[in-house]
Amino acid sequence: MSAALPPPLAHSLTTPSSTGPALERLRPPADLADIASKVVRQERLSFDDGLRLFAHPDLLAVGRLADAVRRRLHGDVVYYNINRHINPTNVCMQECSFCAFGRKAADPLAYEMSHQEVYERAASCAAQGATEIHIVAGLHPLFDLAWYEECFRGLKARFPQLHLKCMTAVEIAYFAKMERLAHREVLERLVAAGLESMPGGGAEIFHPDVRRQICDNKCDADEWIEIHRTAHGMGLKSNCTMLYGHIEGPEHRVDHLLRLRALQDETGGFQALIPLAFHPENTALSHLPGPTGMLDLRVMAVSRLLLDNVPHLKAYWIMLGPKTAQVALSFGADDLDGTVVEERIVHMAGATSPEELPVAELKRLITETGRVPVERDTLYRRVQRVPVGAGA
Amino acid sequence: MTAVPTAAPATTPDATLDSTLESALARAAAGERLSAQEGLALLERADLLTLGSLADAARQRHNPGRTVTYIVDRNVNYTNVCVTYCSFCAFQRKPGHTESYVQTLEQMDARLAELDGLGGRQVLLQGGHHPDLAIEWYEEMLRHFRAKFPRINIHGFSPPEITHFAEIWGLDRKEILRRFQAAGLGSLPGGGAEILVDRVRRQIANLKATTDEWLGVMEDAHALGLSSSATMMFGHVETPAERIEHLVRVRSLQDKTGGFRAFACWNFQREGTPLGKKVAASTGAYDYLRTVAVARLMLDNVRHVQASWVTQGPKIGQLSLSFGVDDFGGTMLEENVVSAAGTTYCLPIEQLEHLIRDAGYEPRRRTTGYEILPRTDVAA
Repeated sequence: MSAALPPPLAHSLTTPSSTGPALERLRPPADLADIASKVVRQERLSFDDGLRLFAHPDLLAVGRLADAVRRRLHGDVVYYNINRHINPTNVCMQECSFCAFGRKAADPLAYEMSHQEVYERAASCAAQGATEIHIVAGLHPLFDLAWYEECFRGLKARFPQLHLKCMTAVEIAYFAKMERLAHREVLERLVAAGLESMPGGGAEIFHPDVRRQICDNKCDADEWIEIHRTAHGMGLKSNCTMLYGHIEGPEHRVDHLLRLRALQDETGGFQALIPLAFHPENTALSHLPGPTGMLDLRVMAVSRLLLDNVPHLKAYWIMLGPKTAQVALSFGADDLDGTVVEERIVHMAGATSPEELPVAELKRLITETGRVPVERDTLYRRVQRVPVGAGA
Repeated sequence: MTAVPTAAPATTPDATLDSTLESALARAAAGERLSAQEGLALLERADLLTLGSLADAARQRHNPGRTVTYIVDRNVNYTNVCVTYCSFCAFQRKPGHTESYVQTLEQMDARLAELDGLGGRQVLLQGGHHPDLAIEWYEEMLRHFRAKFPRINIHGFSPPEITHFAEIWGLDRKEILRRFQAAGLGSLPGGGAEILVDRVRRQIANLKATTDEWLGVMEDAHALGLSSSATMMFGHVETPAERIEHLVRVRSLQDKTGGFRAFACWNFQREGTPLGKKVAASTGAYDYLRTVAVARLMLDNVRHVQASWVTQGPKIGQLSLSFGVDDFGGTMLEENVVSAAGTTYCLPIEQLEHLIRDAGYEPRRRTTGYEILPRTDVAA
């Protein structure tokens, strides 16, 4: 946001896109020049670089660096998928201060689904052509390992085409503790029942100074990372997340991203990072204002730049809202996530985004930005659909 | 399966188009006046963040420094009775409709007293195009407010209202403006501009003031010393070239009169409107940010560009501060027109100031004329 705009550049930051005019002509601000040249040479950024990117007054300059990286990795493609979230229960033993979803068993708003209710929800989304079921829930003593094993077996028997992306590391840690099993044994039993990949939830902010305050009872950073390491070692892919915009500082975000980067160097098992915008309403942290649009986009861009070894960056529209998620496609994101259907966790925290975006609307958000919508499955393989009326 | 012919390159860069864009980018960066063709090249083909940075630099040329202004105001929509039937409007009611209303002075007084108590400096006074109210009814309302609330500027009557009055009262619009001004009208809002191209207006607001009438009312108002804003509502049936044509028309009149203080734009909000059934989808935040940035670059003679957080929400509203916007507009203690179309973003003043500070700016309250109010003058 300098008063005088630098002159157009002779050379652009990256090679021009083959399908669009080359427009990255604005020279990065002088105090980002060293970081920009690292980005161009595809060199790794440091902790200190991360802090500077968070502090730099020119958000759009940071965004342009991230956008260049995104273009190098993914060209004009923006991914989406057709999925459904199922949250079998909101009863939870843990009391994370940022959560509006978890309830005590006696709470009038507490609910528990039967296996049959889970199958019914899966049936309706299978009929709509979904490729993925995303299951996460509260930590409930009756929803134990055996309950989920039966649930997954039942789902795979009925809907073999639906990929089961289920159970955060926090839930795996809970089962391990309850059943006195190693993480690997829990994962092996769930995989035998039908689990195919893991979502990235429960990471929140790893740094103990923050984690102690917002989710003291939850599995700590080392355990979260160990569970993903184990899953990756078994050949499972997973995602990772970062919950921002509450009490954390930029240094905690950078620390978090670098811990994820270190594990990814080791295993290569993360497919995508999903930055999660904190929603204060109805939580124990409701006095906080929550992240602004500028912070949402800053986190998106810095994540793309620091996490150089995770292929995809998801603009999760459920938390950002469709408007900010669409703009995030210019700040490093290459994935808008899915159609979702019946999201409970964020909406209990006052999210005003719709619970479901029809495919046509997801595609429209993408094409308006001049990019190409591509439907993917959970493992980022393109989904080919026969167009309606194509015959044969 | 039939063989797919070898595809040509997805886009063959057109040398002419690209050179137009090159020149538009260079001229925008240098702060030079952009032609309609250059504006269109930017709107259609420039990268979003490049547009943002160019618009932000233009914002700094027009309004140097780290201040973002806003005004404590409220809308008073004295009637929703309207005989203009615009297809994009969810606020209007036919005469005699069970939900139609005309407010009394007492009802409006209560709203203005509340505004005055909060240190408010402007009332946005607009209403439907009522077929029966006489000029004396309006004059009485204006004189009453002027006398009772001397600190509150009356920002009232967009050009289509003035055009409507001229028709039903058989009076010259200059005469109406002069009488309103004498009764206490301080400035004109820029509403009803929609897209200032008659092809578009015929489709979405056939009975509303034409392009020439809208511009004519503004020219008359400016000549009387009544300053105004200008607006644009896009994202319905217009083409990108027609958005640019709109901006050029505003710019041309501004060259002549200098009476536009600010510009604001927003995309069409569909819900509950007849036009919403015809327009397949609203355009998104991406389109809004591009358009507001191009407006900042095209309107080189209008000093201020306002955010439209009422339609965009707090996140995109804040982000627009990086895309050429220097003013957060009004606090809108009451907003009836856009909220009738399903958009109901409402920001308490503290949150509005938090968004401005979080963006790295200092929030300051202003008057309609963009004078910054001293902090001591700001009621808590």
